[in-house]
Amino acid sequence: MIEERFDAIVVGAGMAGNAAALTMAKRGMKVLQIERGEYPGSKNVQGAILYADMLEKLVPDFREDAPLERHLVEQRFWMMDAKSHTGLHHRSDDFNEEKPNRYTIIRAQFDKWLSSRAQEAGAIVLCETTVKELVQDAYGKVIGVITDRDGGQVHADVVVLAEGVNGLLGTKAELRERPSPENVALAVKEMHFLPRETIEARFNLKGDEGVVIEAAGTISAGMTGMGFIYTNKESISLGIGCLVADFQKTGETPYGLLERFKKHPSVAPLIEGSEVKEYAGHLIPEGGYNAIPQLYGDGWVVVGDAAQLNNAMHREGSNLAMTSGRIAGEAIFQVKSRKDPMTKENLALYKKMLDDSFVIKDLKKYKDMPGLLHIQSQNFFLTYPQLVNKALQNFVRVDGTPKLEKEKTTIKSFVSARSWGGLFGDAFRFARAWR
Amino acid sequence: MHIVVCIKQVPDSAQIRVHPVTNTIMRQGVPTIINPYDLFALEEALRLRDEFGGEVTVLTMGPPTAEDSLRKALTIGANRAVLLTDRFFAGSDTLATSYALAAAIRKIGSTFGAVDVVFTGKQTIDGDTAQVGPGICKRLDFLQLTYVSKVSSLDLEARTIEVERRSEGGVQVLRSNLPCLITMLEGTNQVRRGSMINALNAARAEVVKWSAQDAGVEDIQKCGLRGSPTVVKRVFAPTPRAEKAKVVEAAGQPPAEALIDEIFKLRPKLENEMFELARGF
Repeated sequence: MIEERFDAIVVGAGMAGNAAALTMAKRGMKVLQIERGEYPGSKNVQGAILYADMLEKLVPDFREDAPLERHLVEQRFWMMDAKSHTGLHHRSDDFNEEKPNRYTIIRAQFDKWLSSRAQEAGAIVLCETTVKELVQDAYGKVIGVITDRDGGQVHADVVVLAEGVNGLLGTKAELRERPSPENVALAVKEMHFLPRETIEARFNLKGDEGVVIEAAGTISAGMTGMGFIYTNKESISLGIGCLVADFQKTGETPYGLLERFKKHPSVAPLIEGSEVKEYAGHLIPEGGYNAIPQLYGDGWVVVGDAAQLNNAMHREGSNLAMTSGRIAGEAIFQVKSRKDPMTKENLALYKKMLDDSFVIKDLKKYKDMPGLLHIQSQNFFLTYPQLVNKALQNFVRVDGTPKLEKEKTTIKSFVSARSWGGLFGDAFRFARAWR
Repeated sequence: MHIVVCIKQVPDSAQIRVHPVTNTIMRQGVPTIINPYDLFALEEALRLRDEFGGEVTVLTMGPPTAEDSLRKALTIGANRAVLLTDRFFAGSDTLATSYALAAAIRKIGSTFGAVDVVFTGKQTIDGDTAQVGPGICKRLDFLQLTYVSKVSSLDLEARTIEVERRSEGGVQVLRSNLPCLITMLEGTNQVRRGSMINALNAARAEVVKWSAQDAGVEDIQKCGLRGSPTVVKRVFAPTPRAEKAKVVEAAGQPPAEALIDEIFKLRPKLENEMFELARGF
């Protein structure tokens, strides 16, 4: 056992853990952070898009030395069927601003950098060390952790659980339940390396400009899911994810979906001739507001993916992680500076501060969306994309059919697929869930 | 007892890429590791320390980022780490490297206590020369034990060490006086995992950083590119063999004889050579 006592132990060095460690270390707290990977970021998987605002709150001058790939100037939403996509694209030179708002990043590099900031602030980071379980006293208060190294027990006033989506520690200690298959997506991605110039030519970019493509439709084979294509400097991140429950039901495989996505005529030319250097998979919390577990207790708080904090509608996860980590760090520091004990009662401050932030407000706004999309996945991910693509093709194809007849055909195709009641019902349910 | 272990930070060869045009190794973005052979040297040194007491100092020469490898060695259990880093060292070949490391080991001896044993790995996975260990040894005027698979005994009173050395056709058991330099073979021991306290201490440890001057390097002309007579004339990736495998039909003949006939048909000179050779017996 380690004699030395820490103010806080942070389990995990992803976005949430690094934010918490950095926040507390900056305030002069004695922080020990434990990461199982070879270095912070080595095990972390994300698309990945970084939102500047949330990072600025942690590291105001991050643009000076953070490993950023491209700032995003264009967003494409694609609704796909087997051979077509109908897109909504937004591109603006306004995004070429002095302090861009969104970047693509490679997590293995980014997390290493963010962790180096925490270490410079005084946090002690131990890598290649896995926390096996939490140490609790006779009253159930969390007082430390046990790692897989010899003499691996170490104590602290509070443990910040930033252990990621699986949350094995927290579930083992019965602080929360395991996420259910209905509430997590399994996403897989590949890194496709291409020369800079090729990427810039294919995506119509110059300098460090970048594009994001987000795609839904028949590519997920009727399951609730999405595909994505992000441009990095010299690589393209490409992936697809669907609900685990849907994979269970359909027997589809994630790599099967990915292969089909890559072969889609709208996607294949973008990655042609690339060298695949990496294949990764990750679970993503999709349950939204209703899936958020208990966030604090005697001697512990939970942050980031482990707390299921992910906005699936806006595909925001790392910024919720970063913000929850920062807020947890600030709350803990406030409790400590009042010289109060790290009890459940006092740590409720974290939940209160989180409720007041965009994190919980946004998740609350879309609290009914996961349910709607999951139950109606066939309609939203198979039927409508096919109808829309057919309708658009019908609209643009000139073949001598009178326009009135074309419109009638389109309307008929929608009604026969979903009925008037179904169409209005879907629109109403979607609008209500969005609101 | 004071043991110095020389380690090198190398690109992880499992993840390396060769530039398609220039044929050079693309080091950028490739993760680095401690040269795997050096880990066996480190483990053997730690075992000696645990049994006979004393300290293990790890030493490396490299860019400031080589500190990562030293910290990893501290996590495994070394007591102290020294990083030899200076722009004068850039471009060193094995001659210049062993010159600089020998100077640093002398300085380690005078600063932290006389050195009894120096360990290195058999060779590195990026250079594969196996020259640096012997080079250091010669300059320090230590006794040299290469390709060692095991340190079997040590007598601090008599100042002797006994090792097993793998050689062609067998194992040599060698006894040497101290101080000596040992280059360790791979796969000879099980590299340990540092304890929690090792890991904590490593995270906090101050790595000793020495420039050429700090290390007491006498002649800077013998360092770096200037001190390196090795010239890389050409780098090339071996081209795959053009010849294809051939199926030999053994029609009624024993297959081996059919094969030999076919080989002699393709290489007529070989038949005579073999014949001459056979006459010698």
